[in-house]
Amino acid sequence: MHPLRKQRLQLVILLVASAALVIGLVIYMLRENGNFFYTPAQIISGEAPQNTFLRAGGMVVDASVLRSEDSLWVQFKITDGVEMLTIEHTGILPDLFAEGEAAIASGKVDENLVLQATQILAKHDEKYTPPEVADAMNEAYKQKEAAKTGSYK
Amino acid sequence: MSWLSKLFSKLFAKWLPNESSSWQWFYRLGSPKWFYRRSGQWLPWLSLAALLVLATGLVWGLAFAPEDAKQGNSFRIIYIHVPAAFLAQSGYFIMAIAGAIGLIWKMKISYMVMKAAAPIGAVLTFVALFTGAVWGKPTWGAYWVWDARITSMLILLFLYAGVMALQYAYHSIDAASKASAILALVGTVNIPIINKSVDWWYTLHQPATIKLTSAPSMHMDMFMPLLVMIVGFYLFYGVALILHTRNEILRRERKTSWVRELVNAKAGL
Repeated sequence: MHPLRKQRLQLVILLVASAALVIGLVIYMLRENGNFFYTPAQIISGEAPQNTFLRAGGMVVDASVLRSEDSLWVQFKITDGVEMLTIEHTGILPDLFAEGEAAIASGKVDENLVLQATQILAKHDEKYTPPEVADAMNEAYKQKEAAKTGSYK
Repeated sequence: MSWLSKLFSKLFAKWLPNESSSWQWFYRLGSPKWFYRRSGQWLPWLSLAALLVLATGLVWGLAFAPEDAKQGNSFRIIYIHVPAAFLAQSGYFIMAIAGAIGLIWKMKISYMVMKAAAPIGAVLTFVALFTGAVWGKPTWGAYWVWDARITSMLILLFLYAGVMALQYAYHSIDAASKASAILALVGTVNIPIINKSVDWWYTLHQPATIKLTSAPSMHMDMFMPLLVMIVGFYLFYGVALILHTRNEILRRERKTSWVRELVNAKAGL
């Protein structure tokens, strides 16, 4: 390789490497701040900032959704598998909001450790399944669970 | 720098033969005239292939693939969103590598490819962001959120825009090409960030469905048309890049005798 070209190749590699180093350090500094939401464990332990607007994300706990009969008020719990956080919200929930699915609530945590949310987002997972396959999987899961407890008829 | 160059030549000796030997094809590819002639022969076949594959993928994905159990039909936007996002990122690498070849070998054609790649990549990035927003409203409940994936994708759009702007910021083509190539190379750092953002941070955007190391977390009936669409987008990208590059060749080489002859022949003179 021509020495001049070799030198220019080295410069190009140096350029990309130094850019990667700079951006890498910035990302290292940002680590936690790059997160879109806090987990319930981070909020309950006080690791998340207090008395300020934040987002909490986790799985909606089964059978935890309570709705008001005469308003759009709704209460539910989310979990990260470690802690649970109660969320209250008045408004319309996204279509994909469901128990057992992930949701992200944004708002302020009050003195009773309840997040008063101004917005609820549904978080979708990376799995895609046709309805028949999903039904079949649910059915198989139910049978397995029932067989475990011995109550399947 | 001499120790660095010694280390470098030792490490890469295998891949860096003397120019007199096997590098001839590389230099021939660098001739605008040769590239223009050859690409003109490839173009009809590549266009036909792109059209067929895209049509197959679209009909398969939009009409025949089963709907998603949770999202219903709105998931079908994936057949545009994912291939566009794929090519927005691959296209950035193509642009940056073309820029690097231009910087190192001073090859005219590679700067032209770099310039041609910028607007195509910008459009694909916009398509990915736009289809994502359209899908986000019914699925997440918001058109736009500032999570790591979406923000890094927006930065990609700005990088493309920066490369395009630098092309017009200088009077001399050489200065414009060098400046754009440097920005394109620095910006490559963003691509692994886009890719890994969903793993490094908690994001609203879901993690990757298609992984290199394991089976896709998608039913095969839904995945096959997606794969066809990705191949189709690559072919389409090739067609668009060749067309843009040919345009740039004619513009920059307009004073050469071969372009004059070509124009005269077209005009019937």
